[in-house]
Parts: sequence; structure tokens; C-alpha cells
Amino acid sequence: MTKMLRRELKVSAIENGTVIDHIPSKSLFQVVRILNLEDLDNQILIGANLDSQKYGKKGILKLSNKFFKSEEINKIALVAPTATIIVIKDFHIIEKSNVTIPDEVFRIVKCFNPNCITNQEKVKTRFTVVDKRNLRLQCHYCERITAKDNMTFI
Amino acid sequence: MKSKSLISISDFSKEEILQLLDRAKEFEKEPIQRILENYVIATLFFEPSTRTRLSFESAVSRLGGKIISFTDSMTSSVQKGESLKDTIKTVCSYSDLIVMRHPREGSARFASEVASVPVINAGDGANQHPTQCLLDLYSIFKTQKRLDDLNIMMVGDLKYGRTVHSLVIAMCHFNTTFHLVSPTELKLPGSVKVHIKDKNLKYYQYTDIVEAIPKADIIYMTRIQKERFSDPIEYEKVKNSYILTAEMLYTIKPDMKVLHPLPRINEISEDVDELPQAYYFNQAINGIYVRQALLANILGV
Ligand SMILES: [Zn+2]
Repeated sequence: MTKMLRRELKVSAIENGTVIDHIPSKSLFQVVRILNLEDLDNQILIGANLDSQKYGKKGILKLSNKFFKSEEINKIALVAPTATIIVIKDFHIIEKSNVTIPDEVFRIVKCFNPNCITNQEKVKTRFTVVDKRNLRLQCHYCERITAKDNMTFI
Repeated sequence: MKSKSLISISDFSKEEILQLLDRAKEFEKEPIQRILENYVIATLFFEPSTRTRLSFESAVSRLGGKIISFTDSMTSSVQKGESLKDTIKTVCSYSDLIVMRHPREGSARFASEVASVPVINAGDGANQHPTQCLLDLYSIFKTQKRLDDLNIMMVGDLKYGRTVHSLVIAMCHFNTTFHLVSPTELKLPGSVKVHIKDKNLKYYQYTDIVEAIPKADIIYMTRIQKERFSDPIEYEKVKNSYILTAEMLYTIKPDMKVLHPLPRINEISEDVDELPQAYYFNQAINGIYVRQALLANILGV
């Protein structure tokens, strides 16, 4: 029962699927929600508050037999810009990539403008990302900007 | 352009704007054309705006179309909690086009997505009011005989004035030079300025009203509202600094015209009304021609 075994538990390998690594600890469950993992029947390993050399504490998700389209996975970039996506087949890493901020954001962010129709009626939010570096989203409906500092997730 | 809604002035390309203004010119020559005799237009004003409503209803009437509207009892069904979506879907089965004004920003865009008929936005909260913009463009076009290469001076509340924002964005198609006159607190916001910068157009900012007057082809005046100021003392300081008077207009370009989206409070002194430069009362009639053109174009008749 040494250090080694404990380490192995943390990173226990999956045969086929996707690993999402380097998720900021505070965003881990937002990522779970954004990707609708509650509805998934696949085996999921969730690691929270793990030590990370780069980020202090991190979260990790391992999803057996689950593969994402890039536009699907990029949705998490808003809450976890540091995340790394690792695609695994037969225990081998076949692809490793970072998430990128998408051009459009659907449903996951709330519009900052209280008088926006999306905050008054049952209307799903939709934004165009007008500034990826500073994360500024323009509402498709009220045309106002929701910026990083006043962004809340649905 | 058949079956296309108009929600925001940026939905229209430069060509579409020009084509629409040409059509408006035809309606000015011949205002009564009964081409909408077989059409029913619904005017849904979820908040009152008599001026805009009358203009649309007059435009529809001159085209021979029928108008259906809310009565008070219908508005109350909305107050009872019917969703905007349900109201719009219902009205779609009664009408061929919806003209809508609503206090919430983004309501018109949403309505156009759930409606099976075209929607014209007649104002959604503080967001857009594209037909006001089209009538401003038509007034400029008519008085200057062109839209290209003009010097447009805008005065007053450039921060919150939505007519100013739409007009700036639309005029960016036409190589405009902008002269922006406002108190420091009410400068044109960056989100609008970005359109000017994207097109590499010139703009100048002033806090004093008189400096740009000799350069202007158009002076576009707006109200400064007290509630826009967090500090009432600041409002008292600036409220009388942005009033256009007849004596300011001694050095001007020969065809210069003064526009104002109306209603005016005191920002244009009454001695300007008698001058040939005063064009703000003529703008209302232009609004009817532009709305006729828009209705006809959208319905494809
Ligand atoms: Zn919004």
C-alpha cells in the first residue's frame, strides 16, 4: 500500500473513451452539467480536488466508450478553458487536444440583461462570442454583451 | 425579401436599404396604392406608442390592408400570464404580418422565430426600432439627394439613445464622417463605435455643440433625460448646454437640415422651427412612405 497504488487509483486507465483532464476544481460539476453526463449510462470516473502541478487543484473525468464532437466538447471551454481532452483507444492515447472557445454559445449561459426576453419568458439563451480572448458574449435576442465578470451559468 | 422579418437595422444589407428607400420614393409620388387589399396586418402593441402605431396603421390603410389589434380585454389575457410565444402563435393564424412593440429587449427577435408570418419590430425595450432608423435614412436621402460621403452631426444622449445607435450603424455603409456631440457621461458606447472603426471611418467627439455645426450636412438632435444621470447636479450642469438655437446656425452648409426623432422637450429652441433647416416635422410623413415600402417589400407585393 504505497504511494504507487494510490497514484494508480487516481489515474486508473480506461480502455476506450475520453478523459477530460485539468478541469479547474470549482468547475468540475459545471462541466458534468454542461455535457449532460447525468443522462449518460456509460461508466464514468469522477476525480475531484486532485493535486495538479500546474493548477494546484484540478478535476478529471474519465468516460468509457464516450467520444465527443469538437463543437460539443468546446462548450466546456467557457468554464474550463484549461481542460485537456484525451481520446483513448485500446488503452492508448490517440489524441490530445485543448478546448477552444466556440463561436456560438447555446443554453448554458444566462443573459446579463434583466430586461432581456430570455430572463422574462421561457426562451433558451443564445449568444455569439464577439471576443474570445476576453470572453464577451453578445445576446442573440437583446444584443447586449454579457462579459466574463457578470457571466452566470444556467 | 419576401417573408423576411425586420428586427434590427443590421438585418438589412446596404443594397436592401437602398432598394427600400427607392420604393419609399415611389410611395411618396403615389401614396395611395391598394396593393394590400387581401392582407390582414396585426399591430401588437404590448406597450403604448401612439406615434409609431398611427404611422403603421396609416401606412396599412393607404395600401388598402386590414388592421387587427389588441383591445383592452386581449391585453388582459396577456396580463393573465399567457406567454409571448402563445400570443404570437395565435395571432399568426389571424394575420399575414405582425407589427409588434414590446417592453422587453429581444422580444421581437424571439417572436420572429416562433411566428409563421413575418414580424416587423416597432421597438423592443431599449434595443432596436428599425423603422425609425429607416425613416431617418429616408429623410437624409431626400434632403441630401444621397447617402454617401456625408458629415453627420449627432447631439445629446449618444450613450442610451437607441435611434442614434441604429443610425450610426446604418450610416457606416455610406462612408460617413461622424461628429459626435455629448456630455462626457453620455458618449457613444464602444459597442457602437466599433462599427465605425471596422469601416475605418472618421469620427470626432465634442462636448461643445457649436464647433461642428459648419461642417454638418445633417444635425441629428436627441433628448437628454434626467434619469440617465446618477448625479442630479451633473444633469443640471449639462441640460442647457445641448440646445440648438437659431443664432447658432449662421455658418452652415446650404443644404444642411436638422432632424430629431421627436418628441422634443427643449433641445431645439422654437426659433429654429421657422428656419428652412428645420426638417423634424417633415420626418413624420416620411415614416409613412418608408413603412409602406417595408410592408410591400416584406409581403412581396
Ligand atoms: Zn439578452
